[in-house]
Amino acid sequence: MSLTRQEVEKVSLLGRLLLTSEELDLMTTQMGQIVAYVESLAELDTSDVEPMAHALEISNVFAEDQLRPSLDRADALANAPRHDREFFLVPAVLGD
Amino acid sequence: MSLARQSATELLALLNAGQTTSVALTETFLDQIKQHDPQVKAFLRVDQQAALARAADIDQRRRAGKPLGRLAGLPVAIKDLLCTKGEITTCGSKMLEHFAPPYDATVIAKLKAADAVLIGKTNMDEFAMGGSTENSAYQKTANPWDLERTPGGSSGGAAAAIAAAMAPLSVGSDTGGSIRQPAGLCGITGLKPTYGRVSRYGLVAFASSLDQIGPLAQTAEDTALLLEVLAGHDPLDSTSIDRPVPKYSETVKQPLKGLRLGLVREHFGPGLEAEVEQAVRSAVDVYRSLGATVKDISLPHGKYGVATYYIIAPCEASSNLARYDGVHYGHRTDEKKLESAIAQRRATLQAAGRHAESEAVDNPLVWMYRQSRAEGFGPEVKRRIMLGTYALSAGYYDAYYLKALKVRRLIRNDYDAAFAEVDLIVGPVTTATAFKLGEKVNDPLSMYLVDLYTVSANLAGVGGIAFPCGFGAGGLPIGLQLQAPPFEEERLLRAAHMFQQATDWHQRRAPMVPA
Repeated sequence: MSLTRQEVEKVSLLGRLLLTSEELDLMTTQMGQIVAYVESLAELDTSDVEPMAHALEISNVFAEDQLRPSLDRADALANAPRHDREFFLVPAVLGD
Repeated sequence: MSLARQSATELLALLNAGQTTSVALTETFLDQIKQHDPQVKAFLRVDQQAALARAADIDQRRRAGKPLGRLAGLPVAIKDLLCTKGEITTCGSKMLEHFAPPYDATVIAKLKAADAVLIGKTNMDEFAMGGSTENSAYQKTANPWDLERTPGGSSGGAAAAIAAAMAPLSVGSDTGGSIRQPAGLCGITGLKPTYGRVSRYGLVAFASSLDQIGPLAQTAEDTALLLEVLAGHDPLDSTSIDRPVPKYSETVKQPLKGLRLGLVREHFGPGLEAEVEQAVRSAVDVYRSLGATVKDISLPHGKYGVATYYIIAPCEASSNLARYDGVHYGHRTDEKKLESAIAQRRATLQAAGRHAESEAVDNPLVWMYRQSRAEGFGPEVKRRIMLGTYALSAGYYDAYYLKALKVRRLIRNDYDAAFAEVDLIVGPVTTATAFKLGEKVNDPLSMYLVDLYTVSANLAGVGGIAFPCGFGAGGLPIGLQLQAPPFEEERLLRAAHMFQQATDWHQRRAPMVPA
């Protein structure tokens, strides 16, 4: 199955990317090739196979519910592109 | 012999015997960096003053007879995806160009506690996505054996730093072969531990179910020494396993008796270069001469490894990299540029009569995300985010992601069956020696196939080690790969050490390494 340019553009919105027209063309071609390659998995019958999401079959690793020091607010904000020492700042979301 | 040429284990013995100092060592490696890194470009950042100050402090404590850590005074290079508190950690990306993490990765804290001298941060493919280090947003690292060729990737800087004797020890990460493949192409030793052996806390995440941090060095003995410091349970990483850490640096010296090796039939098909096959078969003969028995085995689903990996890894990456939103940390687009981008887009859509869509672009937050990510990420990272987003999107999840998870199980089952018969799997690391820089950059799929022999270990979660077993045309190193059942790092290291005791491939050094 080959991907269309429209599908690729839609995926770029879902992935919160913004592709130029040239990037969209190239991405459509390259993703098409890669998807065609990974579709080789379809030839395997996996109807009775349990999926394996993780190499370690461990579950529910609990930690004691104890208070311990966490990152200081100033440190947590230090790398933010915009902040007011209390909050992360983003462009206004609601219209004027 | 120059200090730069000696193994970390030898250097540590010299330090402990008072025959050299950490300052002298650090100066030696800094000098090698100064002379040759302008050509090799293994390092993104080297803090000469901080390294020397740290070395002087350790020397002083040694002279005063104070207790010292396991690596006291040894320089260690760090792949630039391990968080170092207050020091820039870019992950090879413009997205994190100015990112100074507020905490140390657990392995960094361990190295500091072991009194290692952190000598600098090494170059890598952006977000560890790539097999040549050409996807770095900053520079292309060269292979010290031939400057026109790749050192491999994504830990290309980490491997090149060892091969060029710019550090005796180096820390990398391996998601699909990113330690073993560059180790193989650079003629050094590199180990990918079992998933869960080393804490990933503070490792910039790429594919969380596959990522594992590991050591690179000149010899198996050095690799054991560094792994001993890196490994162990960490409450901050719930996927790190609570099992005792063996004394790798001691047990590495014990040869394995009655070793049963498995040679994977499927590894010797078309695509494998004759010189690589010959070197691997000769290496297997070395093991035979050391008493090992060799058996042909099959990993029938191995041929699906790359396809499985290139679904699972991008899916996890698209999720992990969603955090780079221009809000909390990392690159954010210029707000003025953003406004004009939105206005331009709206005008284009309206001119095309697409009024409904023109309304939809009116969310400045979404546009800020998209614009910031478009500027901050390079082409390969975008490709992986796109692939992962696509494979996880409505209607495709079962066909791609779920299917890949099922094949992953089949790959793991193959390993379990193989390890019921043999102790270690032996084979090539790559199909060929180092390729030329630029050769594969325009063909993502051919770059992905570089991982052919290495990805399955990550999917199955088993450990693997790569080390030199010969040289091909043009004097380029050829690597041998051993893979072991989970948590058998000792076996990998002991087997590699046995080989290195019987051969001298690992002692051959790139031309720029002083005599």
